[in-house]
Amino acid sequence: MPKRTPFHDCIAPYNETEIWKRWSGYLVPPNLQYSIDTEYYAIRNSVSLLDTSPLFKYRFCGPDAVDILSSSMVRPIHQLAIGRAQYNIWCDDYGFVVQDGVLLRLAENEFFLTAGEAALRWFRQVARRCNLEAESVSDVSDQYGILALQGPHAFSVISQFDKDSALASLSYFGVAQIEIASRQVIVSRTGYTGDLGYEIWIPSIDAATVWRAIIEAGSGYNLTPIGTTALKMSRVEAGLLLMDVDFSSSRFMFGPSEKETPNELGFHWMLKNLDSDNREFIGRHAIEKEILSGSSRWTTIGLTVDPQSYVDRFQSAGLIPEKGNVYCESTHSLYRRSGQPWDYAGYATSFLYSSLLKQPIAIGKLPSDLATPGTQVDLEIEVARRPELVTATVSRMPFFNPSRKTQVFSKQEVKDASGV
Amino acid sequence: MRQAYDAIVVGAGHNGLVNASYLAKAGKKTLLLEQNEVVGGAAITEELLPGFHFTTFSYAISLLRPDIVQDLNLVQHGLMILPMPRTFQPGYDGNYLLLGSDAEDNYHEIARHSLEDAEGYRELSFRIKQVCHALHPIMDSIPPNIQSQDPSEVAAVEALKTYLEGLPPEVSGMIKRFYECSAAEILDDYLQSDLLKAMIASSGIIGSHCSPLSKESGIVWLFHKLGEYDGQLGEWGFHKNGNGGFTQVVARAFQSFGGEIRTNAPVSRVLYGDTGTTGVELMDGEVIDANIVVSALDPRQTFRKMVEPSDLPADLIASIDAYQFRGTAAKVNFALSGLPKFPGLDDSEKIFDGFTNIGPSIRYLEEAFKDSQSGRFSRRPFIDCCIQSLIDPSMSPPGKHVMSCFVMYCPSQLSNSDWEAEKTPLGDTVQETLEEFFPGFSKLVIHREVVTPKDIQSRTGLSQGDIFAGQLFSSQLFTHRPAPGWNQYRTPIKGYYQCGSGTHPGGCVSGGPGKLAARQILGDCSTQSI
Repeated sequence: MPKRTPFHDCIAPYNETEIWKRWSGYLVPPNLQYSIDTEYYAIRNSVSLLDTSPLFKYRFCGPDAVDILSSSMVRPIHQLAIGRAQYNIWCDDYGFVVQDGVLLRLAENEFFLTAGEAALRWFRQVARRCNLEAESVSDVSDQYGILALQGPHAFSVISQFDKDSALASLSYFGVAQIEIASRQVIVSRTGYTGDLGYEIWIPSIDAATVWRAIIEAGSGYNLTPIGTTALKMSRVEAGLLLMDVDFSSSRFMFGPSEKETPNELGFHWMLKNLDSDNREFIGRHAIEKEILSGSSRWTTIGLTVDPQSYVDRFQSAGLIPEKGNVYCESTHSLYRRSGQPWDYAGYATSFLYSSLLKQPIAIGKLPSDLATPGTQVDLEIEVARRPELVTATVSRMPFFNPSRKTQVFSKQEVKDASGV
Repeated sequence: MRQAYDAIVVGAGHNGLVNASYLAKAGKKTLLLEQNEVVGGAAITEELLPGFHFTTFSYAISLLRPDIVQDLNLVQHGLMILPMPRTFQPGYDGNYLLLGSDAEDNYHEIARHSLEDAEGYRELSFRIKQVCHALHPIMDSIPPNIQSQDPSEVAAVEALKTYLEGLPPEVSGMIKRFYECSAAEILDDYLQSDLLKAMIASSGIIGSHCSPLSKESGIVWLFHKLGEYDGQLGEWGFHKNGNGGFTQVVARAFQSFGGEIRTNAPVSRVLYGDTGTTGVELMDGEVIDANIVVSALDPRQTFRKMVEPSDLPADLIASIDAYQFRGTAAKVNFALSGLPKFPGLDDSEKIFDGFTNIGPSIRYLEEAFKDSQSGRFSRRPFIDCCIQSLIDPSMSPPGKHVMSCFVMYCPSQLSNSDWEAEKTPLGDTVQETLEEFFPGFSKLVIHREVVTPKDIQSRTGLSQGDIFAGQLFSSQLFTHRPAPGWNQYRTPIKGYYQCGSGTHPGGCVSGGPGKLAARQILGDCSTQSI
């Protein structure tokens, strides 16, 4: 039996498609309106509201919390200040990535973590292995719902609840605790859209009350409840990886070809200061060995497709180019421009025709000699049911990075908060 | 005039059928002899009551090797294996587990009992799949002969070692655990919920003289996970019209290759002379000639009954005498007027579209085993039930049902009684146990058929009523099945072969022994060694 999130009954009236799919066993709408573009542009133009409650949520609490996280996480925990959030990953003993997640530090010894897959046993096993208290980790997935309020007007909406000005000064990846409709919630300035936005942890029993208050606060800002598809489209523009699309958890993969290291996922920036810290996190030795021997098989990069090359392929087949709603999670092969035809080099996932950027973009995996920004490769698409090659250029991610994402507001600026 | 064939297969159980089909397909003029009225051996379906079709013995399918389906064109002959997506594990006080084919759904169902277990179950399932994936090539090949000095055999043993050493450490480590540890020990590494552990541990005792705490239960468990349902490793299915439906499919395939079947034709002995095998003699004295005779019977029948044991090497006979046959199980098959109900769960159809596992704790299974060690059947038995008519409506009149119950432990030798006397008490015990979990069950019973280990032995010929033709313990598998040196389907008598479940890979409806024996026989034919 599919489970329902605490917001299910709030969202149902907005779901004009009446289609629900499952996310980690919970019912969620892929889209609420028939026009996914409308939902997408709420993220980029006004403000969107999405229920991300199916994420697994964990609380790390007590004197061993820091040690458990330090033994697991690739990025150092001691650099995470109280009232801050951190995007982090954890690996297995072979240095393959198990999962990624966002970690909030609420107090010296209290953290919240979101994860795409169950991880309670994982962290408790780490604790047991290190002789730490396993009960420091608890599953709070059912205790909280999470709403993502994302878009240029997100601050305009949420600042209406900001009596103590805690949010006005909240910087990117900051965490605050405020009241919405007299209910205590945790707000982090984070999101999966690469836009200005907040993620709000709401006790499940208060879900409906807080939902209504946010909807009301958003009435003047075209606040639009959205489904998961628009979110996934926007995260490609933000260059954010999606588990089971751009990578898989090493925990449940058969062969090494399906597992990837932090370097291969483009997370070298997390490993920059490895020399200066001597933490024994799981996978560290394998990762160091990989760096030393240069044994990374590929790296994960952005790809921008030449719009003219893309359009030409369709036109020469007598077709109108496919643009709107092109979001594809399956694999597109990449080929080296070596003079030899179909010289396989890697693959792309998360292929999106970005309506905002007016060109197709994708997340690709290429060997290091092809991974320098500016390098051109051929990307295979299907045109008139035949394989065709278009020119793709290796690009830095994010593809779209508005300054409002990290802009710091003062109270006076509330009204101007929607500028790019 | 005496009839002559290229090959005679003795015993039309599923392995005999598969073996005979491969031989016939290869152009051998093949005769399949069956003592009973119908082919199928322990895989038969019988209409014991008008409209009610019972899987008298064997009742589910998973290990059937996929290449057999292709090689013998079984689809064309009516193969239809239906999914049995769910397992229902009732506990006490309304407690239960209902697992299905969806990982996310299973996560939340197990999370009701233990959040860590919900994750541990996925981890364990994945590890088992890795192991099965690694072992499939071994299941599908003739094991090496560890007693042979032949360079090709020595090389095969080496190649096998290299293969196993090349496996990822977590996979080889898990294989080692299965070989060395009890199911309960392995489960303790991953799970806490006793209800869940008991549900899984039942795979480690099926048909075997061991409890979940016995060392042997690890390998028995692994064995039962080596199958698949359309690529979903470890899943079980149910053939349309039961496993009797399946053996009828193979029989049609065999006939399509030109094979001949004779039922009601019990064989008294295999005939052989200095030059090797010459044929068989039937109970009625008829002699049929063939230079290849394949025994699909169990090892005791193959080496002690069909031929004169004194004609065979003494060490082989000693191995066969030491080879363990243990009757551990009975079947109690019911005709029901409706579906049983579990209190608190209204949707009985959901509960019963797979297997229902009675055995709510490791301790329950252990207590059941203790009873059998003292030479009696378990007072509270482990029962693996399935209501096959819910999946295949042609097996019962509309609205009514047939329910197959596999019951353990039922030792073939009772200490203070015999199975004639215990037949009715066993049926009553099973019914009482089911009544305990499904109140009102007894009122649904229209008809009850108790099949004791003695019945299994007398009707199928399986020694001691051992459903696997010899226990699936590590000492009796692979290079040792049924005896070291004689694990490659040959016998010391030229032209006389073995292909029953007592040979590699072993019991369950896999067809593996029949297939691999045919590969060996046809190989020997092509090298003119017979």
